[in-house]
Amino acid sequence: MSGRALPLLFLNLGGEMLYILDQRLRAQSIPGEKARKDEWTDVDRKRVMNDIITTMFNKKFMEELFKPQELYSKKALRTVYDRLAHASIMRLNQASMDKLYDLMTMAFKYQVLLCPRPKDILLVTFNHLDAIKDFIRDSPGILNQVDETFRQLIEVYGCLSAGEFQLIRQTLLLFFQDMHIRVSIFLKDKVQNSNGRFVLPISGPVPWGTEVPGLIRMYNRNGDEVKRTEFTTDGNYIPPQREGSFDLYGDRVLKLGTNMYSVSRPVETHMSGSSKNLASHAKENVAPNPIAKEELNFLARLLGGLDIKKPGGSETGFRLNLFTTDEEEEYAQAVFRLGFVIKCHVDSPGD
Amino acid sequence: RRRCGRCPPAEPGRPPAPPSCVSFQAAWCVLPARVLLVLTSQKGIQVSSWFLPAQAVFARGIAAAGERFICVGTSSGTVLVFDIPHKGTNVTVSEVLEEHRDAITDIAAELGQGAGDLVTADDAGTLCIWSSGEEFTLLNKIPVVPNIPGRTLPGSRLWNGVVAAGYGNGQIRLYEAATGVLRAEVNAHARWIYALDLAPLTGKLLSGAEDSFVHVWKLSRNPDTDDVEVSPEARTLGREPGAGVGPCELSLARWDRGSVLLGRTASRGVLLPLGGCGAERWKPSGPSPSCCVGAQRSSPWA
Repeated sequence: MSGRALPLLFLNLGGEMLYILDQRLRAQSIPGEKARKDEWTDVDRKRVMNDIITTMFNKKFMEELFKPQELYSKKALRTVYDRLAHASIMRLNQASMDKLYDLMTMAFKYQVLLCPRPKDILLVTFNHLDAIKDFIRDSPGILNQVDETFRQLIEVYGCLSAGEFQLIRQTLLLFFQDMHIRVSIFLKDKVQNSNGRFVLPISGPVPWGTEVPGLIRMYNRNGDEVKRTEFTTDGNYIPPQREGSFDLYGDRVLKLGTNMYSVSRPVETHMSGSSKNLASHAKENVAPNPIAKEELNFLARLLGGLDIKKPGGSETGFRLNLFTTDEEEEYAQAVFRLGFVIKCHVDSPGD
Repeated sequence: RRRCGRCPPAEPGRPPAPPSCVSFQAAWCVLPARVLLVLTSQKGIQVSSWFLPAQAVFARGIAAAGERFICVGTSSGTVLVFDIPHKGTNVTVSEVLEEHRDAITDIAAELGQGAGDLVTADDAGTLCIWSSGEEFTLLNKIPVVPNIPGRTLPGSRLWNGVVAAGYGNGQIRLYEAATGVLRAEVNAHARWIYALDLAPLTGKLLSGAEDSFVHVWKLSRNPDTDDVEVSPEARTLGREPGAGVGPCELSLARWDRGSVLLGRTASRGVLLPLGGCGAERWKPSGPSPSCCVGAQRSSPWA
């Protein structure tokens, strides 16, 4: 399979993670002067975002990432995001981390599947990066790091053929195969069925470079057109408007990969029935694999300073429960309160 | 000539094979003297019980040609031509065709047609037409059409001196094999065409694409003008309702009543009988299909 899929996988999943974290933290932030010691403020939120983005775009890690290689195993990749999410003062419990990861992966799976052209996966990636740059627009140092990665993407992927992009797409979809976790926001928008499969639209603009189906042209041996016929299709397609920009700045046109959480709406995964999903895709093998362990250690070294600093002195670590528990979710649904509750627990000394 | 493949039967409850052992294609190659199973994977090429290590990152595109050769394409653009003895295991590489610069996507052959019996296609959209023999001769090279960006060629077939090719932008194009002249152009699909097959006796062409549709087309040649005619026949949703993306590779049964089409959706083989001029409903044929299933070009992912 393609040796160039990993950077795209990492950056897009990272982007989705940042969308979710940003939205959750905003929903719970209290104006600075009114906040108690255990509540989130805007300053805290920005700090968390900055810390995670800095870690994500670490120069050495990016260098390693862009080397042609196979995708990491599911376990290894999950560990990367576990550590990334904990790159700052925020702490997530296991359930929250699980749900965060489910949302991230299903969102990116949806984006890959629905890309009109295989090359559009690059536009999706650029959408994520554009948003990340907006998160850290006040920090020129980190902005520089992100721009560097942007340039590297353009350099590496800018001249790949459609066939190579198709192979990347297939590599990514293989990674996501058999993941059918239902996501409320997708179910509500009817882009996902109740069996977890995504809906393929058969209407709308055709990809850039494709003609609307329906025309047959026939030519004689001299190359002159001699006959035309038309046929109807069940789809309702229209010509595309314009091509998205593959430059450092520009209108990407494609909406896939933009922040679908920015309009405040509740987003959660469905627990009912998803326990089967979790069981089927979560545990690949039980026995520890020595190579995998090395892989994870190597990743840990690359991600640099990921030794989680123990909260000490005046700095307290904030533990964040991002999502409701099963029981609370059922309760919430029962009373039509489809928001979610964020609880903050401060690590008390001695924990 | 029958062209079908068989995937290793899935054991119930067993998870799918890990990505490192992805197999790309499987095909039966029927030569006059013997029948062989050719498998390509990341690890290399396997011809029945022989194993030849991979020359490039992956191999893709398999066809039997010229009565005693098997051609296999590679990701570097070369086509390996294997000479298959009537008996025994002495398979040798008789030739390496180095015309393509991009990864081979597909190879198709038309047995017993004389000149112009093999077509090779690549990721850039280039088609090469060859004449098989002791030495394979390049008859024609149809380059990428410049005005349409980023085409790539998953499927191509030969029929009656005509090359039918399906492209990544959803178009089917028919070229005169001998001259390379474009004879017909069909705006067939709204997404990448991943499967193309042809029933030579009835002249039915089948296309499957990521827009989830499967189309059947009728090809004919005007005996006076030699013009190629394409007319649309059946069209159906290429997937079971609620199933997902749909079949990854399709094949028409070679007994050519043009009436049976096989596909493979997410995790099982599916049979889609095509009636006289329409497609009937899906009939799932069970977890391990007992009859031939089109070989997987890529893994079904929905």
